[in-house]
Amino acid sequence: MADPHRSDGDSAISRVTEETIAGTGVVFELVLVEGGSFLMGSPDDEVGRDTDEGPRRRVSVDSFWMSTHEVTYDEYAVFRYENLDSNVSQADSTTFNADAVARPSPPYEDPAHGMGNQGFPAAGMTQWAALHYAKWLSDKTGHFYRLPTEAEWEYACRAGSGTPFSFGDDATALDDHAWHYGNSDEVFHLVGQKGPNAWGLYDMHGNVAEWTLDQYAADAFSLLPDSAHSPWVEPTRLHPRTVRGGAYDDDPDALRCAARLRSNLNWKRRDPQIPKSYWWNTDSPFVGFRLVRPVKPVSGEEQENFWRLVLGE
Amino acid sequence: MDKTENKKAVSRRDFVKGSAAVVGSLMASRFPLSANAYYSSDDAIRVGLIGCGGRGTGAALQALSSGQNVKLVAMADAFRDRLDESLSNLLNPENSDAPADGALDYRTRIDVPDEQKFVGFDAYRQVIPLVDVVLIATPPGFRPIHFEAAVEADKHVFMEKPVATDAPGVRRILAAAEKSRQKKLNVVVGLQRHYETVYREWVGRIHEGVIGDIVSGRVYWNGEGVWVRERQAGQTEMEYQMRNWYYFNWLCGDHIVEQHIHNLDVANWVKKGHPIRAQGQGGRQVRIGPDSGQIFDHHSVEYEYADGTFIQSQCRHMPVCMNRVSEAFQGTLGTAPAPGELLDQWGHSIFKHRGKDDLNPYQVEHDELFAAIASGEYKYADAENGAVATMTAIMGRMATYSGNIVNWDAALASNLNLMPERFAFDADPPVLPDEKGNYPVPVPGVTQAL
Repeated sequence: MADPHRSDGDSAISRVTEETIAGTGVVFELVLVEGGSFLMGSPDDEVGRDTDEGPRRRVSVDSFWMSTHEVTYDEYAVFRYENLDSNVSQADSTTFNADAVARPSPPYEDPAHGMGNQGFPAAGMTQWAALHYAKWLSDKTGHFYRLPTEAEWEYACRAGSGTPFSFGDDATALDDHAWHYGNSDEVFHLVGQKGPNAWGLYDMHGNVAEWTLDQYAADAFSLLPDSAHSPWVEPTRLHPRTVRGGAYDDDPDALRCAARLRSNLNWKRRDPQIPKSYWWNTDSPFVGFRLVRPVKPVSGEEQENFWRLVLGE
Repeated sequence: MDKTENKKAVSRRDFVKGSAAVVGSLMASRFPLSANAYYSSDDAIRVGLIGCGGRGTGAALQALSSGQNVKLVAMADAFRDRLDESLSNLLNPENSDAPADGALDYRTRIDVPDEQKFVGFDAYRQVIPLVDVVLIATPPGFRPIHFEAAVEADKHVFMEKPVATDAPGVRRILAAAEKSRQKKLNVVVGLQRHYETVYREWVGRIHEGVIGDIVSGRVYWNGEGVWVRERQAGQTEMEYQMRNWYYFNWLCGDHIVEQHIHNLDVANWVKKGHPIRAQGQGGRQVRIGPDSGQIFDHHSVEYEYADGTFIQSQCRHMPVCMNRVSEAFQGTLGTAPAPGELLDQWGHSIFKHRGKDDLNPYQVEHDELFAAIASGEYKYADAENGAVATMTAIMGRMATYSGNIVNWDAALASNLNLMPERFAFDADPPVLPDEKGNYPVPVPGVTQAL
């Protein structure tokens, strides 16, 4: 891992760091999200609210690094195409073999629907494919990367705010912070074109919606115990799973910090085969993802158990 | 449904089994089966699947999910393992959004006993007599044989595109299409853009003249390519080619035919006709070697239509390149830059379809087909358009393989027959590898393409 290149004077620990994907020249940036507690969900009177966003619950999460930008095509491509990858790994503990990596099959059509590749968000993959990327990246870097839980995602999106959007409650200010239906020309845009939130995260609202690690349950919040720590609704079914943040083709309501989107099989509607592709959705170019890296060390065995659980392998 | 009425009704089984003349006359009257009557299995529309790959399995699932009283009762494939896989995928609830229990669970309407599973080149013959509707999703080379047999036996048909791989096959489809019309058999072809909201809305407006007369267009299927099935020890050459069918022209027609047909069909739809001439180039640059048979990995064709306008076509199977599967047209009063979008001549939007929650077009084609069959209506006659779209793509392949201008009439009259003389696993397929395992690849300027 590259050395931290920027430090926060108030903190002993640097707030921004970079990861270079070994042997590929691809670099991405991460910001430290200090653990803490927050009110998850939205209040009953929030405009545009759906009932599945409540009741609000106090939830705490541990510290984690989160990629400042949505995972880009460039990052995903070195996993997707073996000829762009290298047989190099930074991890001491793993033996990386580029030939043995499970990589995405060719998609039926362009999963990004022609909206762009270099510098644009990686889009249209299934949650399973996003997780496979995370596993590959973990093997490649020796750091444990995974999708954020819904709680981690919302905590990071809010960046300390309790308002519908991280910048406040005025949807008319959204144009400064997000790509949505009203300003996107119905395509996703290069990552990082709009202002970041208070913790330095870009495009949490809009551009592409983002996979989380959770099974979607409409009543997930009411089932949470008081002051839940690191909650995660472990998936047992393929759909629905929870997607957050809203996208370029959504109206502002869907971009709120608390808004929850559920995955469904219609996102593969134009995939003509049964079984449909495990890797690609033909019809969710509006979904991408970003990754987190827990600060607390996660043992090799815990990681193995995690991958077995989430990848079903 | 009213019980008295039910007793009077001719059972669909008898009704479809009747002679052609009788079928025709009965088809005119509405068959009184309502969607509520669904689950009485005696009245079920019996469906047979010929070709149990991923697409055939998809088609069967969509037929079963069509909202009509449909039962899957017979299946055919060249290979037993493909048939078994298909059935287990149909029974796997993860593959469908349908409720996993109760009356709407389509799995309760899958009833394919072992004696109604048929394997081999002739398996289709055994399925057809057992059913009312035939789903045909074998590799495209077999389509003319299977469609002819289904029409001969007075069955309604859903068949996948393309409908042939050579001109003799297209002519057989056209002849059978004419018969299916006389017999008033519903035929839907899996050119599903015709059943997709965004295309219906878009082409409808173009036909209304919103952007004037269409003076040019571009159509694309630029993608990464498809699966490769490795040669297994002990396979005969015929079995290997049947397993890895995408890469052999007698089975697949090359990807300009197998995939790009969708976009060429949209061009014909927009232009309300087929091209009269084609000229183009193509080759094999990235996907080379024995496991990719004989087909090209790229084609670029200019198609001339009867009114003197041109449609430019590109298709490519290469990873890590620009991907685009789309169509665009220019009119005298504006442009249609992508499906669902229309601009006036100053570039201002005049139509934009917001299709995020649109229905699955593969489901819609089955919903509409089975609704027509259930009500005794004759509504769908897609075979001729399917044949014309197929011929358009084959004409493009003839142009890229030969390197010469190809005229429609000459292309359609071509007697170049790609099919084997004998269908058996110990028979020689029409194209064979050399001693290094490589297959002969077409060479422009040399290859006789029609």
